[in-house]
Amino acid sequence: MELVQMQKNLQDYTKSLFLEGILDSQFLQLQQLQDESNPDFVSQVVSLFFQDSDRILNDLSLSLDQQVVDFKKVDPHVHQLKGSSSSIGAQRVKNACVVFRSFCEQQNVEGCHRCLQQVKQEYYLVKNRLETLFKLEQQIVASGGMIPAMELGF
Amino acid sequence: MAVGEVMRMEVPAGGDLTVTSPELHVLAVDDSIVDRKVIERLLRISSCKVTTVESGARALQYLGLDGDKGVSNLKDLKVNLIVTDYSMPGLTGYDLLKKIKESSAFREIPVVIMSSENILPRIEQCLKEGAEDFLLKPVKLADVKRIKQLILSNEAEECKNLSHSNKRKLEEEDIDSSSSSSHDDSSVKDIPSSKRIKSESENRSSLL
Repeated sequence: MELVQMQKNLQDYTKSLFLEGILDSQFLQLQQLQDESNPDFVSQVVSLFFQDSDRILNDLSLSLDQQVVDFKKVDPHVHQLKGSSSSIGAQRVKNACVVFRSFCEQQNVEGCHRCLQQVKQEYYLVKNRLETLFKLEQQIVASGGMIPAMELGF
Repeated sequence: MAVGEVMRMEVPAGGDLTVTSPELHVLAVDDSIVDRKVIERLLRISSCKVTTVESGARALQYLGLDGDKGVSNLKDLKVNLIVTDYSMPGLTGYDLLKKIKESSAFREIPVVIMSSENILPRIEQCLKEGAEDFLLKPVKLADVKRIKQLILSNEAEECKNLSHSNKRKLEEEDIDSSSSSSHDDSSVKDIPSSKRIKSESENRSSLL
């Protein structure tokens, strides 16, 4: 595949993530912080996000599986995940966490279980999409090309 | 250093000639590993030196406020700004802010609070306690640039005030000193200051 085509594919793919609301402008902020001196900044932050989120989701599953759910433990985890997803621009994960927190506040166990499923769904979605995005970038770099800057024309 | 010479280099009393790049050293406190990575990059790209810690307790330890002498005596670890998350387990950002403002050694270090929650009473409480500013997360580059400007202009203001008050003192005492510059505020390095806790404050004017 020609380099130009790869670059176009990447742009279209990235654009689709924004249009679907999977990513928001904070992701663009992160991309702006990437340059020749820090060429892997975004993928490094996102990797940290994945590691951190895997841990949090695991803790959440354990906490919600307890006989008596301790919401004082559950809420801070959701708050953390809300924060980190917001920091990388994972909009749908963040929004799912907001809903989750309201069920925590109500101490609604059933609701929280549903929310956890929703959060996991959104998380695996953004994880999958971002992994694809980074693969596309790697292919471009491997072909000797540059990753095009994201245009905000949409 | 001649009168009127724009100050680019720090010449400390010890006589060592050190060329220092005009950098703020920022201590960033956040329990989120993702946010620490982001704030560190935001600050570095804004030409700040950054130290990140994961909790209020570690921040106090770093500053040497936890009872140990710690690293607070080392010159190049002098902190010019503290940026801290509000919601942290253990010591909150607010608790940290209070401890810093209660400390005679560190109360003049500006503290900026970050929070993902736009809660007005919280913001007011922090500002009342002496926080320099309050940033809503997720933090953006524009926020960091603004804070940096704020800190630098505050220090320039401080140096300017010191410069003027010392100039008056010198005139009163009728001392013939080459450091009493009437036109160049940047020569503040020669001015003794009881208020000065930051040894690099003389660098600040060259940053403008």
